[in-house]
Amino acid sequence: MERARVVSERRDRFQGSEVTIVGTISVLAVILLWQAASTIWLPSILFPTPWHTLEAWIAMAREGVLVHHVAVSLGRIVVGFLLGTLVGVPVGLAMGMFRPVRVFLEPYVQFFRFVPPVAWIIPAILWFGIGETSKIFLIFYTTVFFVLLNTLAGVTAVARNQIRSAQCFGASVGQLFLWVSLPATLPYVLTGMRLAMGNSFAAVVGAEFIAAQAGLGFLIVDSGTWMASDRMFAGMLTLGLLGIIADQAFRAAIARWASRYLLVS
Amino acid sequence: MAYIAFRSLDFRYGTHGPFIIRGFELELRRGEFFVLVGPSGCGKTTVLNILAGFEAPSGGEVLVDGESVRGPKRDRIVIFQEPDSLYPWLTALENVEFPLRVLGTGRAERRERAAAALNLVGLHGHEGKHPSQLSGGMKQRVQIARALVLDAPILLMDEPFGAVDAQTRIILQDELAQIAARTQRTILFITHDILEAIFLADRIGVMTAGPEATLKKIVDVELRRPRTRGSPEFGELYEHVHQILSEEVRRTLRREDSLL
Repeated sequence: MERARVVSERRDRFQGSEVTIVGTISVLAVILLWQAASTIWLPSILFPTPWHTLEAWIAMAREGVLVHHVAVSLGRIVVGFLLGTLVGVPVGLAMGMFRPVRVFLEPYVQFFRFVPPVAWIIPAILWFGIGETSKIFLIFYTTVFFVLLNTLAGVTAVARNQIRSAQCFGASVGQLFLWVSLPATLPYVLTGMRLAMGNSFAAVVGAEFIAAQAGLGFLIVDSGTWMASDRMFAGMLTLGLLGIIADQAFRAAIARWASRYLLVS
Repeated sequence: MAYIAFRSLDFRYGTHGPFIIRGFELELRRGEFFVLVGPSGCGKTTVLNILAGFEAPSGGEVLVDGESVRGPKRDRIVIFQEPDSLYPWLTALENVEFPLRVLGTGRAERRERAAAALNLVGLHGHEGKHPSQLSGGMKQRVQIARALVLDAPILLMDEPFGAVDAQTRIILQDELAQIAARTQRTILFITHDILEAIFLADRIGVMTAGPEATLKKIVDVELRRPRTRGSPEFGELYEHVHQILSEEVRRTLRREDSLL
């Protein structure tokens, strides 16, 4: 009970130092396996060792290249993600609360959610050019559907008695929306945002693969063109780490400011 | 004139469904504690929901103080069986403040009145806890406090202690009887527990088995308050109500058997 359900901090017997030990062993084992694969089984200039990758990573970090590409990709994600959330939440709420809105919009939502962001890369570049706009559009597109559909699911899951109580107390439509539907839906919105964030990384890298002058996707493709496989791997490593950091930061923000909305009655 | 009146009330889903409620008639006096019992599924909750304004009758009408019920209103507060009507993101105190916030009451007065209401239901010291940190019985007390804070003249209680363990239920019944005596509300209370009905009620209404359920009989409970559950009169009354009710329960069971 209680807050245990807030951020999946299930307490069981396997915890603390044991987690640290097993986690460390896991990381070391994978590095070792990678080392063996890249030197013994598949020695090739196209498959860098962990050490070479690290060297390339440090070199790029020193040159400031890495920070530049990370900043560019992250900037695109943040802007597109925020815009997508800003549109997805109110539209999802409106669809959930007002039936005509839902009937009007649902066919398009159902249709376009099966047209994945990657399918939009080429049209986006043709329409908006190879600059920021096309990338932001793609992130926006990715985010909108995750946030909207989760918000919609959240509104329909609001306990009927929560609405009915508020009606007993004489709440206006506005009060019902702001004080009941919105907070009750927030856990779903946040889940949608987390999913969207993960998928935004995929979308931005896809777009940067095809047309860009900067960004982690560009870095990976560009390094590949020059056969700099160590730099390519360093770019992929950065992508994974960045994703984890972004997700952890998001979870920390939720735990700090929104944990009360994740409680159950 | 009756304070609350159900006039030949009908209810069914849609325009062709079978009647769930048919020709339901009942008058409640101001300040009385009326308990409705009946076989499960007979439509007790539907009757309460219509009075609450959550459902519109298919025929007939419900009057409160001479005025026809048109929807939920602040003079009739519902206390639900499930505690899911509490807002889990708010603390106990904030939950009780909620109706006052809707009214636009100032923060300081809100705090004070909500704290007093929580105190009345014995939850002093638990103001800062969220519903998830409270037991089932405590959550129901929060619901009661939230209903009392508005000074609404009518309380509609839909099996409020149905999901609470037996020991806690008895304590809650004792407390509710005291609160009812002190605050002089008109209460419509639904239960399938005859003991609970006799302990709390001024009058008990027994409903017939559905469909087309209606009121079968009204039993006056003229036991002196505070009541003791073990007295001989209590036992006699139990037998009496049980007799009336069990006929209906058997009818329900027979109907369910024939459907199998």
